[in-house]
Amino acid sequence: MNRFDYIRPVSVPEAIAAAAVPGSAYLAAGTNLLDLMKVGASRPERVINITRLPGLDRIEWLPDGGVRVGTLVRNSDLAYDERFAKTFPVVAEALLSGASAQLRNAATVGGNLMQRTRCAYFHDLAGACNRREPGSGCDALGGENRLQAVLGWSEHCIATHPSDFCVPLAALDAIVEVEGPHGGREIALDTLHRLPGATPEQETALLPGELIVALRLPAEASSFSRNARYIKLRERTSYAFAVVSAAAALEVEGGTIRKARIALGGVAAKPWRAREAEALLEGKQATAQAFAEAAELALAEARPSGDNAFKIELAHRIVTRALSLALEGTPQAMPALPASPFPALSGANHVI
Amino acid sequence: MKHSVVSLTINGAERQMLVAPGSTLIDVLRESQGLTGTRRGCEQGACGTCTVLVDGKTAMSCMLPVETIEGAHVETIEGLTPPQGLHPIQEAFLQGFATQCGFCTSGMIMVAAALLAKNPNPSREDVVRAISGNICRCTGYEAIIDAILDAAVRIRSAAHAEAA
Repeated sequence: MNRFDYIRPVSVPEAIAAAAVPGSAYLAAGTNLLDLMKVGASRPERVINITRLPGLDRIEWLPDGGVRVGTLVRNSDLAYDERFAKTFPVVAEALLSGASAQLRNAATVGGNLMQRTRCAYFHDLAGACNRREPGSGCDALGGENRLQAVLGWSEHCIATHPSDFCVPLAALDAIVEVEGPHGGREIALDTLHRLPGATPEQETALLPGELIVALRLPAEASSFSRNARYIKLRERTSYAFAVVSAAAALEVEGGTIRKARIALGGVAAKPWRAREAEALLEGKQATAQAFAEAAELALAEARPSGDNAFKIELAHRIVTRALSLALEGTPQAMPALPASPFPALSGANHVI
Repeated sequence: MKHSVVSLTINGAERQMLVAPGSTLIDVLRESQGLTGTRRGCEQGACGTCTVLVDGKTAMSCMLPVETIEGAHVETIEGLTPPQGLHPIQEAFLQGFATQCGFCTSGMIMVAAALLAKNPNPSREDVVRAISGNICRCTGYEAIIDAILDAAVRIRSAAHAEAA
């Protein structure tokens, strides 16, 4: 690990002022930053610990029924908050399908949004990576690339965004509240993460020094609570990143789809909202045929970035599956293996 | 590159320590506190062997910058062990031959302690879920699962005996 200065601000303005110095990085639980610092993929000169900032660890219900979640709320505290899990079950399911209990107990909301790609070439200092070192090239292209992106990639970068949490957040129109050197602003979660284009090193829409202070879910997103699922295909049954995942949320009335929300994970450098597929479903009968057509449309522009054409077919099936499981209804209790495409294990509770 | 003073309650005792920027909880436990029961495994939060309880919840001590948990209550395998004899989970591991090389054992036991505190009567699947963040490279999972279920019985019958 490189040597760095450690700064512990006591207020948000103080943190932002500290971060104005180039080479600074915000630190919350450190479950991603520390990992990257240990291998040298991230080498901040100043680490700004934000865990002591007041007021950022609360879940606040808004008068209109929406919710505002502070950036320091732990993943497990949010997923196990009874009202939150009941109102936005697809978000809780995605949270509990990520990492392990130990990491969810530490990892924060803002940290999850800001986590970096798990592309092996980004982590391996011996390899070329435009995201880690602009202009150095992309060793993933033509390398070991079966898990890389199939949507929105460029010849400069084919990495994917690893978050489960962000997938339903993109589907449900979550808003990110940001404070920065020039005051506060709001960013739609769907536009927080950027596609690589020619500048893959610019990973998010945040400007230098900007800090995520909260995440909001609008009241309208609660209308999907009865028919919403997150489905994640992974190479082990737990504690693995998604090969492909999908969040599906439906508002159904007498067999007709009133509203649909679909987003995919593991397929692009950002959580991938499939708006055209949503529009196709609205007003239609909720049938297997309609779901297959929506999945087809969601993947219409997909193309392999290497040895990963299988992910396109897989994504197609996961979207179809997520939609049909959403139609079956949100489970009464959190499945023992959240987001699993397999039938629920009997007699298990998800408790820690 | 200034060091900072951090206060923690470790196994019930308040401790103050001087830490270098970036020090993790496991660095402090093993190196400055001499608590070597917590094992250093992958150092990436992937194997679970360094699991301790922070404010009652499981955490990977290799991934926690100690400056970020100022004031926390930390419990390690040493704190779980009573002054005399063994904790029921330790007894169950011992009698069920649930240790092979032993490297994952303290992490497994701390996860079991957190599970049983919340769910004194877990199903086999509950135990499987609970230890899914911990790797046993000897692959002795079946014996570990049996031992945790056995520990649950031991703790429940001890509580029953106490109540009676």
